[in-house]
Amino acid sequence: MQKLVLLGDEAIAQAAIDAGISGIYAYPGTPSTEITEYIQHSKEAAAKGIRACWTANEKTAMETALGMSYAGKRTMVCMKHVGLNVAADPFINSAITGANGGLLIVSADDPSMHSSQNEQDSRFYGKFALVPILEPSNQQEAYDMVRYGFDLSEHFRLPVMLRITTRLAHSRSGVETRPQREQNAVSLPTNLRQFVLLPAIARKQYKNLLSQQQALISESESTGFNIFIEGTDKSKGIITTGLAYNYLMENFADRKVPYAIVKIGQYPLPINMIEKLANECDEILVMEEGMPLVEEHLAGLLHRGIKVRGRLDGTLPRDGELNPNIVAVALGFADTRGEEIPAIVASRPPSLCVGCPHTDSYIALNEAMESYSKGRVFADIGCYTLAALPPLQSINSCVDMGASITMAKGAADAGLVPAVAVIGDSTFTHSGMTGLLDAVIHKAPITVLILDNSTTGMTGGQSSEAFGRLKDIVTGLGVEPEHIRILKPLRKNHAENVQAISEELNYDGVSVIIPTRECIQTLNKRLREKFKNKK
Amino acid sequence: MKKDIILAGVGGQGILSIAAIIGTAAVSSGIYVKQAEVHGMSQRGGDVQSNLRLSSAPIASDLIPFGKADMIISVEPMESLRYLPYLSPEAWLITNTTPFINIPNYPEVENVMAEVRKVKNHIVLDADQMATEAGSARSANMVILGAASPFLDIAMEVLEKAIRSTFGRKGEEVVNMNLNALRIGRQLADAQMTN
Ligand SMILES: Cc1ncc(C[n+]2csc(CCOP(=O)(O)OP(=O)(O)O)c2C)c(N)n1
Ligand code: SF4
Repeated sequence: MQKLVLLGDEAIAQAAIDAGISGIYAYPGTPSTEITEYIQHSKEAAAKGIRACWTANEKTAMETALGMSYAGKRTMVCMKHVGLNVAADPFINSAITGANGGLLIVSADDPSMHSSQNEQDSRFYGKFALVPILEPSNQQEAYDMVRYGFDLSEHFRLPVMLRITTRLAHSRSGVETRPQREQNAVSLPTNLRQFVLLPAIARKQYKNLLSQQQALISESESTGFNIFIEGTDKSKGIITTGLAYNYLMENFADRKVPYAIVKIGQYPLPINMIEKLANECDEILVMEEGMPLVEEHLAGLLHRGIKVRGRLDGTLPRDGELNPNIVAVALGFADTRGEEIPAIVASRPPSLCVGCPHTDSYIALNEAMESYSKGRVFADIGCYTLAALPPLQSINSCVDMGASITMAKGAADAGLVPAVAVIGDSTFTHSGMTGLLDAVIHKAPITVLILDNSTTGMTGGQSSEAFGRLKDIVTGLGVEPEHIRILKPLRKNHAENVQAISEELNYDGVSVIIPTRECIQTLNKRLREKFKNKK
Repeated sequence: MKKDIILAGVGGQGILSIAAIIGTAAVSSGIYVKQAEVHGMSQRGGDVQSNLRLSSAPIASDLIPFGKADMIISVEPMESLRYLPYLSPEAWLITNTTPFINIPNYPEVENVMAEVRKVKNHIVLDADQMATEAGSARSANMVILGAASPFLDIAMEVLEKAIRSTFGRKGEEVVNMNLNALRIGRQLADAQMTN
């Protein structure tokens, strides 16, 4: 057994290699990105021929993985929590088809929204889909749960969700690995209609899924990822999920907690353990890293049963990630907060890199927009969203990937003409293309800027599926060639870029402007590598 | 042994290499390590921090509780102040004095330093200048690490070995530059403490 110091993400990746996956499919998104990158950079994975592909979006990733599972091989899909919204259709339906080869879906939640637009809790999706969920509390458990997750998936022929959060994903500690096992051979499902969700078949499959729930609960009672720890003080019993267990332990130097604890790491919930806790204790304090899923479940709508405390009654904050101090206060301990932050400390928001191509694109756009009233620029998600802040203050929306083009069309339909959409190259191939097709078909008076920096910048410079194809894609979707303008966003081209944007703003139809210049970060990295190889 | 360390700076200033070297050194000494780092959004010139926890006993939380950190190691002066709520009363604050000014409302540097000096135990040093004078301008972060090294409970040789293994791939020259930076930082801390 080898001991490695790994990020939670890396532990998951190594575990997947060791568990014998044949492919990983993902679209980047903090905090999940490093899982796929680890496998892409792993010589071991390359030698085993493991497919490690970025996909156009999370939906295509999920479906590709489902295809690999159909063909009998083990496969993993990774995404950030909002990616699961995009992949929700295949995800929910994969519970009805079931799996063939082991299928593990990793969804990385971001409570406190360190780099996300919401803090949705993926466990709700898992529960909704009626699939087992695994939720590690540390890097070792993350490693172990991946191996177990594939076994569980192949045993029940069901997809399995692994739910992690930012702190686990981006925190390192020692991990012991296990012997590697072989990949599966190709083998089709024994029933060749298993994946045909015609209503008549789907109804049968759904009943089958429901009938497995009891066995999944029994599994949750016995695997060791849910444990009951006895306590002497019966005034309170504690349920922890995920990292909350660590924060609880942090508050007891000798790690001896007087209260009984149910530590949850696997769902559906272990009913017997929870029942025992409820029978023994006067009240239950639920500490969840995420939304109050377990708490709501236990309290019930009318709160007529056992007294339940947690995020809903204000014992813990309703939003944000937990930490040792929040847990201390909930336990009635003193807050150990030290000196306050001196008032002179200014906030330091992230900003576009010096020399970023987006800056030049926005300076030109700002000038071209000067003759119109404010509030017409619908943007999207990526580095270029930072233009919402000073000094550029160019954009008026950022909702979900792809929403720029479609929102601009809606606003134009409402009479806000011209309306502008600003979208990155990777975001465009993720979910912008279909919206552009809508706009073309209805000849909407919108001007779309696709900021082509040849990469997926925000998440660290992954390849972009749009690379070298943007003009062809846009032409193929039916944008008129004379209204497709390729610009080079440089200060020296400022005047002509403003001119081009102004002309297209005046056009009563769909224009697409593609400012094209590589991200400074990926450019520098490429040059450094080239230099190194020459030396 | 227990050392809870907050590493602070601005995205791109190399706090993660400081963390990696301390982490490698600790692991090679059989010490438990947990290190929470920040990726993504906050890297674009925003503030970044890392919680590094070392202990001879297994560590529970990835995050350091308020008021429990044994030291703040910062490569930027204003950033060192951002984490004061985490510092325990007897702890050390070790910070660079060269400001990284990428915001219009950066406070007067003297005022920042005055706040730093209010912390009972502090080591302040112009790591950028020291690194430049030593001919290794890009190793300011290793100068800071050197200045923090007396408080780490990890022998200098072990830290040096960790630097060799971390930078080994980049060649002897880079290794020596970083070792040199580490040593001058250490000397300065020793001098400030005896004063
Ligand atoms: C559904 C979803 N998936 C992934 C992300 C994470 N994410 C945010 S921005 C971004 C990349 C944007 O790349 P691009 O559009 O090329 O813009 P750039 O950052 O390069 O300027 C990604 C992957 C997200 N916010 N939502
Ligand atoms: S990473 Fe690239 S795209 Fe993002 S701000 Fe920096 S230069 Fe611009």
